[in-house]
Amino acid sequence: MPKVKPHRTSPSLDMTPMVDLAFLLVTFFMLTTKFAPEEAVVVDTPSSVSEIRLPESHVITISIDKDKRVFFGMDDVKPKMAMLSRVGAKYGVSFTAEQAKTFSNLSSFGVPVQQLPDFLNRDNEQRKNVKQPGIPADSLNNQFIDWVVEARAASIKEFGKPSFIAVKGDNDADVPTVKRVIKLLQDKNINRFNLITDLEVKPVASN
Amino acid sequence: MAEIQQQADSGKGGKKRAKKMSTKIDMTPMVDLAFLLLTFFMLTTTFSKPTVMQLTMPVKPKDKEEQSEIKASDAFTILLGENNKLYYYDGLLAADVKPELQLSSYDANGIRKTLLERRRANPKVVVLIKPADKSKYKNMVDILDEMNITDQKKYALVDISKADEELIKTSGL
Repeated sequence: MPKVKPHRTSPSLDMTPMVDLAFLLVTFFMLTTKFAPEEAVVVDTPSSVSEIRLPESHVITISIDKDKRVFFGMDDVKPKMAMLSRVGAKYGVSFTAEQAKTFSNLSSFGVPVQQLPDFLNRDNEQRKNVKQPGIPADSLNNQFIDWVVEARAASIKEFGKPSFIAVKGDNDADVPTVKRVIKLLQDKNINRFNLITDLEVKPVASN
Repeated sequence: MAEIQQQADSGKGGKKRAKKMSTKIDMTPMVDLAFLLLTFFMLTTTFSKPTVMQLTMPVKPKDKEEQSEIKASDAFTILLGENNKLYYYDGLLAADVKPELQLSSYDANGIRKTLLERRRANPKVVVLIKPADKSKYKNMVDILDEMNITDQKKYALVDISKADEELIKTSGL
């Protein structure tokens, strides 16, 4: 009997299909990806069963974190610039073209308008380390509502319709702050809000 | 790497042959790169847009006349307290009427059951949600969510009153 020789297979395998697939996926992700904008504040949103998705564009995001700070964010660049100059003019703060450009790249911010030029002058690394105090939103110094009003006005001028207002509150955000924000918006006749939440499986409401 | 180097034929002198190159190329580095990119894009991509919950607040009434009063028999009040506590009572709180406060919870057997019961008993029930100042935003969202789950027709987010806070305190729940 001849010895049974194990069949020797070549250790190299044909990787072509795998490479094809890998590149297909790479291309897919490259084309579909939209980099997650760097948020100025970490907000851990509560979950709900609502399945309505946040629209892709024309969104004003009002973030409320657990330290009662209010942040303002807007995604459209052009009305954002218009809003900046309008609010700046109101408070007697002027911005250079450079600062306005930096501003348009920020996804959200939480500093009073007086500190904004200084905040915008810093480079990206430094800006991350700044502890932002939040936008003043009380009856004495209500810059927050000015931002919202100007943002909506600029958005109407640009796109012919007001932006979608999304409130992004943290799990541990306190109710008085949220209620104050809602009240301020109601004063400006904004009665429809959208609370950003995570998706949760809908439980069955048994009868 | 994955490819085993073919030993070059080191035969004796003989004829000089053109070296036959293997048609296979080593794809390993390319694959490495492809997967690196793949991983990078997979991790940085934001796939799903967050969901939103719609909340419509009533338009500010122009005068007192427009404001509609709800009947005490139709009212059902939910109070959101601190430490994720939740209370409810039937009817309205008045100076002379002290409704009985009940403790409940956010889970499926808590307030949801009660809400469904109340609605079955009285389809016209109006739910008043009063978050206390010490309650969390999460509680507020949870209870609004509960309204959606139990499909309440009429509910409103109302400011908590001193009397309500007093009621929580005195009930000792």
